[in-house]
Amino acid sequence: MRTPALVVLIAAAMMVAGCHKNKPPVTRPAPPPVSTPATGARPPAPPEPVAEPPIVPPEPVREDAIAAASLDDLNRNSPLKPVFFELDSSDISAEGQAVLNADAALLKKYPSWTVTVEGHCDERGSAEYNLALGERRAVAARAYLVSLGIAADRLRTVSYGKEFPFDPGHDEAAFAKNRRAHFVITAK
Amino acid sequence: MTIRSLFPIGATIALAIGTLFAQTPQQQPPPPTPPPQQPTEVSTTISSGEGTPPRFAVPDFIALSPDAETQTIAKTIGQVLWDDLNFEREFQLIPRDTYATIPAAHGFSDVPFDRWRELNADGVIVGTVQKTGNGIRVEVRLFNSKTQQSVFGKQYEGSGANPRSYAHTISDEVHEQQRALKGVARTKLTFDSDRDGERMTGTIEQRGVKEIYICDYDGENQRRVTATRSLNINPSWAPDARSIAYTSYRHGLPNIFVSHIYQATMEELTKNAGNNWLPVYSPDGTKIAFGSTRNGVNQIFVMNRDGSGVRQLTNGPAINTTPTWSPSGTQIAFTSARTGDPAIYIIGADGLNLQRLTTDGYADRPTWSPAPFNEIAYASRTGSGLDIKVIDIATRKVTQLTFGEGTNESPAYAPNGRHIAFTSTRAGKVQIFTMSRDGKNLRQITRAGNNEQPNWSNVQR
Repeated sequence: MRTPALVVLIAAAMMVAGCHKNKPPVTRPAPPPVSTPATGARPPAPPEPVAEPPIVPPEPVREDAIAAASLDDLNRNSPLKPVFFELDSSDISAEGQAVLNADAALLKKYPSWTVTVEGHCDERGSAEYNLALGERRAVAARAYLVSLGIAADRLRTVSYGKEFPFDPGHDEAAFAKNRRAHFVITAK
Repeated sequence: MTIRSLFPIGATIALAIGTLFAQTPQQQPPPPTPPPQQPTEVSTTISSGEGTPPRFAVPDFIALSPDAETQTIAKTIGQVLWDDLNFEREFQLIPRDTYATIPAAHGFSDVPFDRWRELNADGVIVGTVQKTGNGIRVEVRLFNSKTQQSVFGKQYEGSGANPRSYAHTISDEVHEQQRALKGVARTKLTFDSDRDGERMTGTIEQRGVKEIYICDYDGENQRRVTATRSLNINPSWAPDARSIAYTSYRHGLPNIFVSHIYQATMEELTKNAGNNWLPVYSPDGTKIAFGSTRNGVNQIFVMNRDGSGVRQLTNGPAINTTPTWSPSGTQIAFTSARTGDPAIYIIGADGLNLQRLTTDGYADRPTWSPAPFNEIAYASRTGSGLDIKVIDIATRKVTQLTFGEGTNESPAYAPNGRHIAFTSTRAGKVQIFTMSRDGKNLRQITRAGNNEQPNWSNVQR
């Protein structure tokens, strides 16, 4: 396609990225070309997030901000325990207060942690109304932690309504697990 | 979309058939005389003469080109037109399997009217499909089978890629001309779905994603609109049926986006800290009502369609959410938990004149019907799940439409007010159904994955 005399690093990289399958040039460079010298000898880190195949109108894809494997490990078996709620309620029960007291102690021990408080609902309210109800639960949990001295700016609230049940069942045992404020550590 | 109506009936007939149908009532020679007060509309509608809906037959359209594709298109248009006309229940559609012994016409000049009258058909819709240089030409006539006169005639030219769209257009135009009814055959539904089974990146639980979809009013042509690999919910059509506002968690917190689906462009309308969701366009398309926690507990807000000019409509310590506009755009109904269980309230779009609407316990997620009906459909907790009810705003009379067939949620009116889309778990997963506004004529729209929160478009402008 291009005159080989003018090939520079960038052009080479573009050609590799472009990956012309149909018409290979007469002298095709070897697969691992001159990609290393400028940026140092780092292994080829994936430079861009996965590009979604463009479906109806292509929209930009962004990686979720929550990342980092060590945080994943932390969140997979979180030391911050969720609080559970009664039907249609965002009141923190005595049991819930005990859980939040322990969570607050942990947050004081690790003052660099920032946390997203997720509010969730069981399936009995409408999907739409449950957005607001879940938010109330998250806000109630956050307010209680703030009352125990946790800085408000460490705690972000988000509601998922009934989109992500903890237990996919359709009985009261499942519902009770799904009415919750759940903590995700976002930075440490 | 690409269909054009080339000629009004008189011109079409004059051009295509010459003098063969000289008795066609609308074929008036265009005299430059003073404008007539009323054309002779009286004889152009077909009735049964018995006070019941007229009986229509819709045989396969006639393929004037011999190739297999044209044959298929002709068959499809006839079938879809039958379904479209049947949907509004304005005509009694004679079942197609009874047409088998009736010889197919070869054009508009050899329709076997005596045989159609044997089936008690008051009207017969005859159509032809012909290949053109770059697409197809579709001609259609509605004949009064007694007088053998054509009372409706149109010609369309365009692509042959979606023959169903010709049927939809013909159906809407027949409803308009015969019954002065705004049909919905050209409308679309939008909804969210997890059907692709994709998983979010960056979450411990590998949570499933939901993307926004659209489909025709009858469930055909289901297409994905978003590809964000995150949670996208609450889709809501702009009145021109060219844009969809929705809630997306793509940046973490829920915010309101608009996808201009035929331009492949997008806007992010709310970038506020706090949770923003449930966007609904005002009927004139200039404003969007939505719910937000930006000032604490969830309240109703209104903003301009570009995200500017945000103002708060509701106040107080209780949840106020799920707004829906009145057809005139002067009022908003919403759900409020101010007296305990959620109930439906109405407030002026200026924030004044709050009134409570429902008193039948847990009532949630209102949707205001278009004119001429003055009612609000909502989700009511009737047992372990929800059911769809409708309240007449003037009389406060409540009618229940579903009765515990799974849980039934998210009612959305068709733009003519005669149909309601909603979700139900009656078939297993959450699926979208449509029904008449009296709860009859159930039709399942989606089948793959879970599909939720339908919203019904106007005819695209």
